[in-house]
Amino acid sequence: MAKKLPEVDVVLVGFGWTASVIAQELTEAGANVLALERGGWRDTVPDFSVTHIQDELRYAVRKQIFEETQRSTLAFRNRPDQLALPMRELGSFLPAAGVGGAGVHWNGQNWRFLPTDFLVRSHNEQRYGKKAIPADMTIQDWGITYEQLEPYYDKWEYLCGISGKAGNIGGKIQPGGNPFEGARRREYPLPPLKRCAATVLFDKAAREVGLHPFPAPAANTSKPYVNSLGVQMGQCTFCGYCEWFGCANYSKASPQSTILPVLLKKDNFSFRTHCSVVRVLTDSAGKRATGVVYVDQDGKEYIQPAQMVVLCAFAHHNVHLLLVSKIGSPYDPASQTGVVGRNYAYQLSSDVNVTCKERLNPFMGAGALGQVVDDFNGDNFDHTGKGFIGGGYIALWNTGGRPILQEYLPKGTPKWGGGWKKALHEDYLYSTHMQCHGGMMSYRNNYLDLDPTYTDDYGNPLLRLTFDFYDNEHAMSKFLTDHATDIAKAIPNRGINSKPRKGHYSIVPYQTTHNTGGAAMGNDPRTSFVNPFLQSWDIPNLWVMGSSVFPQNPGYNPTGTVGALAFWAADAMKRYIRNPQPLVQT
Amino acid sequence: MEPHDQIEAGQTRATDACASVSRRSFLIGAAFVSSSLLLGGCGGGNSTRGSAAPRFLEPGERNFVRAAVDRLIPADALGAGAVQAGVDVFIDAQLAGPFGQAVGIFMQAPFHLGDTEQGYQLPFTPAQVYRLGIQRVDEHCTRTLGSAFAQLKPEQQDKILHELEDGKIDLGEIPSGDFFGLLWKNTREGFLADPIYGGNRDFAGWKLIGYNGPRYNYLDDIGNYGKPYERPYVSLGGTRPVMCRLSDSPTGRFRGPGCEYAHMPAKVHYDALTTTTGKVWPAGNL
Repeated sequence: MAKKLPEVDVVLVGFGWTASVIAQELTEAGANVLALERGGWRDTVPDFSVTHIQDELRYAVRKQIFEETQRSTLAFRNRPDQLALPMRELGSFLPAAGVGGAGVHWNGQNWRFLPTDFLVRSHNEQRYGKKAIPADMTIQDWGITYEQLEPYYDKWEYLCGISGKAGNIGGKIQPGGNPFEGARRREYPLPPLKRCAATVLFDKAAREVGLHPFPAPAANTSKPYVNSLGVQMGQCTFCGYCEWFGCANYSKASPQSTILPVLLKKDNFSFRTHCSVVRVLTDSAGKRATGVVYVDQDGKEYIQPAQMVVLCAFAHHNVHLLLVSKIGSPYDPASQTGVVGRNYAYQLSSDVNVTCKERLNPFMGAGALGQVVDDFNGDNFDHTGKGFIGGGYIALWNTGGRPILQEYLPKGTPKWGGGWKKALHEDYLYSTHMQCHGGMMSYRNNYLDLDPTYTDDYGNPLLRLTFDFYDNEHAMSKFLTDHATDIAKAIPNRGINSKPRKGHYSIVPYQTTHNTGGAAMGNDPRTSFVNPFLQSWDIPNLWVMGSSVFPQNPGYNPTGTVGALAFWAADAMKRYIRNPQPLVQT
Repeated sequence: MEPHDQIEAGQTRATDACASVSRRSFLIGAAFVSSSLLLGGCGGGNSTRGSAAPRFLEPGERNFVRAAVDRLIPADALGAGAVQAGVDVFIDAQLAGPFGQAVGIFMQAPFHLGDTEQGYQLPFTPAQVYRLGIQRVDEHCTRTLGSAFAQLKPEQQDKILHELEDGKIDLGEIPSGDFFGLLWKNTREGFLADPIYGGNRDFAGWKLIGYNGPRYNYLDDIGNYGKPYERPYVSLGGTRPVMCRLSDSPTGRFRGPGCEYAHMPAKVHYDALTTTTGKVWPAGNL
């Protein structure tokens, strides 16, 4: 029998980036907020100290900083007519467990989406005609515009201490920045990071082939910084252990380094760790969320009543929780009805390795130390005759030179033996790679539902992912990879290895942890689970955060938009608390 | 739940996975899996046999691993190979630990091989893959070449390794490419991981490539484009007897009187592992 606990104003499922933003904003407005985290407590000291965090085997290879599949994983297949099998080992993407969520182990590659990204269907139909969008491509506008979100992007960037160079302030193009970006109100809070050898070479080569390189916006601080909440951050020292590690130096923006020092002092905030939320409860009419059920480490069940429920877990988990709680209509690809699980998307990324003539010392790096060209992202170029819509950026990220996983050897290198050893000896210090970071449209048969066979630790059916790449993305990716190869050729080199991603999506090799959709936002309750304020259409006191609300995935890393949307939704929640009504009437 | 209970839960789980292998029938391959073979695989995980490093491999298995890694990363004019770097010690310790026992890994039946895109679907822990794989490779070598893998000539060993890699040797329920893939992955790890895990001895792997070890601050160095970065090699456990100033130690833990250098202790203690679900793997020594 589950024990019933005293009611709180707001219960947050998960305690990562979005939960930290919502908690900070709503506690300021006076609400009593509780976060439930299935992982453990962790903080810069002692958990991310340099004495042990720079351990590639333990964290990046053995994955001790991520969720364990034993407790919760998903079943995967490429097509609806296939048998889905459980993802037994993590690979393609790496969800977190623990306070701070993936905000602890991300690289800090922090982007705004393009204004046209938010209008992807209407803009592309207008420019290229309705026929440019295949019948099974289920993309939709977001229901908000870049201009509406801009103040919240700004708020997020000043929270995180983003290092970068503006390309467009108030409509005026700025030299040195990204000329394709949407207008921003002011400069980034910090100047760009110092460049390393490889990013200098990329910048020169990209200019030579007529492109517009700029320093990537980084949630790694280029200088000491006091953020918008008064929290002190330290200057990044380029230790090269960002992605898949916590930051020892208070330099990479994370909940721990930006929000928690303020939030945890508040009497109207509390959190519990090792508490897995297994159900969202609703009233008998299904019109109101009444709280959540969670299970603690001992397997004891609790009912946590709340006036408002906010799903702040990883994208998959938000959708899984809705499905097992029987909230909303599950998506059915046959009839194309239902919304929960609809429009799952990801990224299509590819790589070009370059072995340079110049010594690079790749181990001096930072997660978001990169030069980028955005000439081929979104609708920054004319797609007429190209055979696809959308795009992505090409970047040279110098995230580090960690020896086990970060080798970019030339084409034709033997896979093992003396030849491999020789190549490693000659090329490790000279090799780097470019990433083509492509967006992903949504499709009728790319979706999430419940698996009929496998169950998680709590007896719930696993989430089932049906997902593959489509022609539009393959054409886009080839286009990007070809352009990246042109840049590589302009770098003085000893070898280039272009690696376009071909064939079916595979759950095995790491690609990105940019899983999106399944609880899409939008203007139409028939195709979206939440309204443009991230409030459930059906249950006005239930809200969904994170990339699970993306209706499709633009060609950027998602965290910047996830953060901006959390601030945007928090403002809406404050209005809702004053007047508890649906913010959009149907 | 108290930590002690959690340790037991973790160990019980590994045993359960073994038991399930012997009891249930799987939809992969037709070969019969002997229960004694697999239960042996589980029991070995807890045996330390009086040595400082945790051990899983039986002596014959250790010979196989030693011979194989010696071919995968051979000693040559460029420097030490995998054996000199302690990669066999590393692999043995890894198989005895949480990795080898598949702690935290989803091992729920039913098992189907599926498509490559669906990833690893065998009902075996990494330790069991080694145990079964080594036995089958040695059987194959004895049948076709007259002796176990470790006793073959280097050219013969290379040929066997290539055939394993290409999936051309029948290892029963384990595709030979999977067995090779695991062996090669662990060999690279042992050669290039921090020396605290027993491999990369004397920084053999890092010396080969020119990585000086995890350091904290490159602010002054990152702008020295194209220039060598020459500093002593460091490990998370400190430094080997390489001359090094105290300020070079990333941990500051290894200080001695008037010390210009420090030694990595012979026995390296590793901390108890608290997994993301709160389970605890006990601390130990390498």
